Amino acid sequence: MIEYRIDRRSGVATYLQIVHQTKQALRLGLLQPGDKLPTAREVVEATAINPNTVLKAYRELDREGLVEPRPGLGTFVRRALGNADATGDAALRAELGAWVDRAYAAGLDREDVAALMAAVLDATEQRRSAAAESATGGREENT
Amino acid sequence: MGEPQSATESAVVGTGVGKRYRRREALRGCDFAIPAGAVCGLVGPNGSGKSTLLSLAAGLRQPSEGELRVLGLRPGLDEELRARIAYVAQDKPLYPRLTVADTLRLGRELNPRWDEELAAEILRQGQLQPGSRIGQLSGGQRSRVALALALGKRPELLLLDEPMADLDPLARHQLMGTLMGQAAEHGTTVVISSHILSELEGVIDHLLLIDGGRVRLDGPVDGILESHRLLHGSEGLPLDGHGVVELRRTGRGSAALVRPSGPIAEGWQVETPSLEELLLAYLRAPEATPTAHASRTEAAA
Repeated sequence: MIEYRIDRRSGVATYLQIVHQTKQALRLGLLQPGDKLPTAREVVEATAINPNTVLKAYRELDREGLVEPRPGLGTFVRRALGNADATGDAALRAELGAWVDRAYAAGLDREDVAALMAAVLDATEQRRSAAAESATGGREENT
Repeated sequence: MGEPQSATESAVVGTGVGKRYRRREALRGCDFAIPAGAVCGLVGPNGSGKSTLLSLAAGLRQPSEGELRVLGLRPGLDEELRARIAYVAQDKPLYPRLTVADTLRLGRELNPRWDEELAAEILRQGQLQPGSRIGQLSGGQRSRVALALALGKRPELLLLDEPMADLDPLARHQLMGTLMGQAAEHGTTVVISSHILSELEGVIDHLLLIDGGRVRLDGPVDGILESHRLLHGSEGLPLDGHGVVELRRTGRGSAALVRPSGPIAEGWQVETPSLEELLLAYLRAPEATPTAHASRTEAAA
């Protein structure tokens, strides 16, 4: 049965770590259709994370059609994950490779490129979430 | 896999809760609601009122003002509540002359819903000898016995005051795992106070931050983190209109934790804070109560 490794300091949301590791296991064939995922209890006892995080990850995998909950039995793998996106990925990768070549040619080093990439990703995410953001938010009780 | 009983139902609700001791006011005007099935982190600096709040919820003391409801009942007054909650105080009061086995027997005899297997498993993990006297155990071992008693009771609500403080890292991981397993299996509501902020990351889904006896944050962790942004940039970048929790100078630059309202000015590097980053910023800026209209000077003052 798959064992999740949680890195609390990675900056990646915990539920996404579970989603990614499950997908990775599907890609590598370590999980196959019909296999049972560990129960929330089993995952949290081993990793000491919040149970809702596991449920959230499983809901996400369910939403993507990769697993299905069977009430009273557990959560089961529905389909394998091939590299269906391989062609799309390859095209993007080639473009990015060409861009990185240009960046190096312009005198940027590895860290410059990484910082630029992070800044652009941040700006993009911020732009995309700007609309949704004003609608949601934590409740705060000021005293 | 246990489902939380109901997401909308609250396990602990405070309405204007205040507590005065003879010389000082430990809590005042505390309004909060901890949902049933939540794993709630109770965070605040030393002397902020965390332990007082937990002892009120456990029914060991009564509030001086306001009202506190636990599972819909009044702690300390409604007798039936006693069997449904478990409280582990910071000093882990146990009978020092009893053995580990006697202590477990006491738990079994006093609690109708006693889970012997779970309590025994927690002690086995810690390699505790049934014949050892409580008084001869280390602080960490006593914590383990206290947690075994509390979890064995199968409570609907667990109130834990700095439960992991004197445990080694392995024991901490094991017990936190067991705690989360119980929450997953039975939908137990857990309220856990801690100084160790990194310990709460990934564990809690609800945050109650108190400071100086007042509630500063109360809400789901995801929502709270999503409504804040950590900004880094050169000094003098505008923050107008945002609620500024903390503004610090970092060399030539500035770092700020804000509750944004509207778009953030060009030039700031924007991140969603981690739980630890958010808590540290709030704790460093004890007076700043962010309002949507706080200007930079007010917030920095």
